Amino acid sequence: MHMADALLSPAVAGTMYACSALTAGYSVHKIRLENDEKKIPVMGVMGAFVFAAQMINFSIPGTGSSGHLCGSMMLSAILGPEAGFLTMIGVLMVQCLLFADGGLLALGANIWNMAFYGCFIGGMVIWKYMMRNGMSRRKIMAASILGCIMMLQLGAFSVTLETLASGITELPFGIFLAAMQPIHLAIGLVEGLITAAVLIFLYEVRPELLWNYHETGEKKSRLSYKGVIAVLAISAVVIGGLLSLFVSSNPDGLEWSVKQVTGTTELESKGGIYVLADRIQSVTSLLPDYTWKEGNSAGGTTFSGIIGGIVVVVLCIAVCLIIRFFRCRFGDKGNNGKD
Amino acid sequence: MAKIDKAIKDIHTADNTSERNNSVHPVSWLLVTIIYIIAVVSFQKYNIAGLAGMVLYILIQCMWHEISIKDMIKRIWPVFLLTVLVGIANPLFDRTVSAGVLSMATLILKGIFCVTASYILFTHMGIRQICYALRILHFPKELVTILLLMHRYLIVLLKELERMQLAYKLRAPGQRGLHFKTWGSFVGLLLLRSIDRAGEVYDSMQLRGFNGTFQVFPERYNTVRSVAYAAVWCIAILALRIFPVFEMMEAAIWRILNLGV
Repeated sequence: MHMADALLSPAVAGTMYACSALTAGYSVHKIRLENDEKKIPVMGVMGAFVFAAQMINFSIPGTGSSGHLCGSMMLSAILGPEAGFLTMIGVLMVQCLLFADGGLLALGANIWNMAFYGCFIGGMVIWKYMMRNGMSRRKIMAASILGCIMMLQLGAFSVTLETLASGITELPFGIFLAAMQPIHLAIGLVEGLITAAVLIFLYEVRPELLWNYHETGEKKSRLSYKGVIAVLAISAVVIGGLLSLFVSSNPDGLEWSVKQVTGTTELESKGGIYVLADRIQSVTSLLPDYTWKEGNSAGGTTFSGIIGGIVVVVLCIAVCLIIRFFRCRFGDKGNNGKD
Repeated sequence: MAKIDKAIKDIHTADNTSERNNSVHPVSWLLVTIIYIIAVVSFQKYNIAGLAGMVLYILIQCMWHEISIKDMIKRIWPVFLLTVLVGIANPLFDRTVSAGVLSMATLILKGIFCVTASYILFTHMGIRQICYALRILHFPKELVTILLLMHRYLIVLLKELERMQLAYKLRAPGQRGLHFKTWGSFVGLLLLRSIDRAGEVYDSMQLRGFNGTFQVFPERYNTVRSVAYAAVWCIAILALRIFPVFEMMEAAIWRILNLGV
């Protein structure tokens, strides 16, 4: 996605330089506030790492093609968004200055398109938000994929806008956008998978290297497993047993709609199948309309709330046990077959 | 593997060429190149005759500094493809087909000229000189330090990667790229090695009195030559931008021929 100088007019290039310079200024300010001498060498070596990692071809399963790494999302997940942004500027400058990859005039636009979105949207928004209650493999996978897709979609959108604003191509906006976005969706997915694979590896081997790990990563859940179950059980009893006494007697949304059309909330059903279903329900429903069969009382509502909650829990556990039973049997057969 | 080899070779070549005795100040070089690029991209999209005159800068620089045309074409190739891709729709969507072809040709020429100008600049300026110029232009010292460190450890990490890739290829012959099951462990190991190396680097730097930034020392540049270089080229580029050199040359040739007849 490195833009060449020819794709930008001087005005657009200058604007993008200004935007990138402002963000770089903010990042430098934040790094200076941190006052961590060790961070600068780490940023330098991490930049060299990203540059080296971009040389690796990742084979994409089932396509016969291969993908590459951009790296800004990964850098943010390791160094933080500000340090990641500055490191990405270093990477893009070396690519531009030493390898003529991306134009000198277009450097500001390239920094914005490839570093800003990855570091500040992918890192500061998505990664930080998803990891606020601690890290897990699934969260890392989701944040990496989402972050990389967002980064590449926004980057591709910016490329389209910048090129059109420069008056370089005669392609209509819609066609240009339709050409750019889908391909970058696929690239973003591959980049996200690569980033996730590396970050999960890091999480398992050296989790302290990940950004925000010390602050939130090691946070244990506020309640233990048993504690969560106890809180849920108490909540169920309170809601089902006490708060159910104060439920509204007004019809719900569907009943209200039916009443508006027919004038009544209870529709009469005719026909054999309806009669049969009604009979079955009258036998099985021990607590019709959440009260005793014999009469309407507060005790009946409370009892209905509590017993209903217990029945749901028992049913869920039963379903889980049945699924586990069949999975174990199926799994054993599979293993036997292999042996 | 070839890509890594090429990258290492490019870095070595850039370092070696920059070690030549270059008496022109890097800021003069940078200034001339930026003015040239701005002049090139500022041409109207149908003004191919005026744009063509800008080739003179490239030709003179190439002859003056004995730059390999073969290497330059290799650099230009990806940008040529990119500009063709972006401009290919111009003949279809522009006012007329011929106008579209003109705007496409202008776009391609702009791309080629800009990359060539950047290439000429950086074959004559090593990373040390670039960083020195950036410091003079008041770039943040943190950024300059990152650049210097990156350059210093780029070759080390590229060689590390080359060894890892060779080992992988020997164990997985005929496989195109890195298998997705090893994405995490392969790149993760490279990352861990890099971070460990960063720690060692930091320790050794501290022992040598590192205080957070690298000092980029000025080298001996010829001030008069640097100013003259920048002034002459800036005037020449502005002249090329304003006057359509080739059209004027053509008119002059016709006038001479007519006088002869």
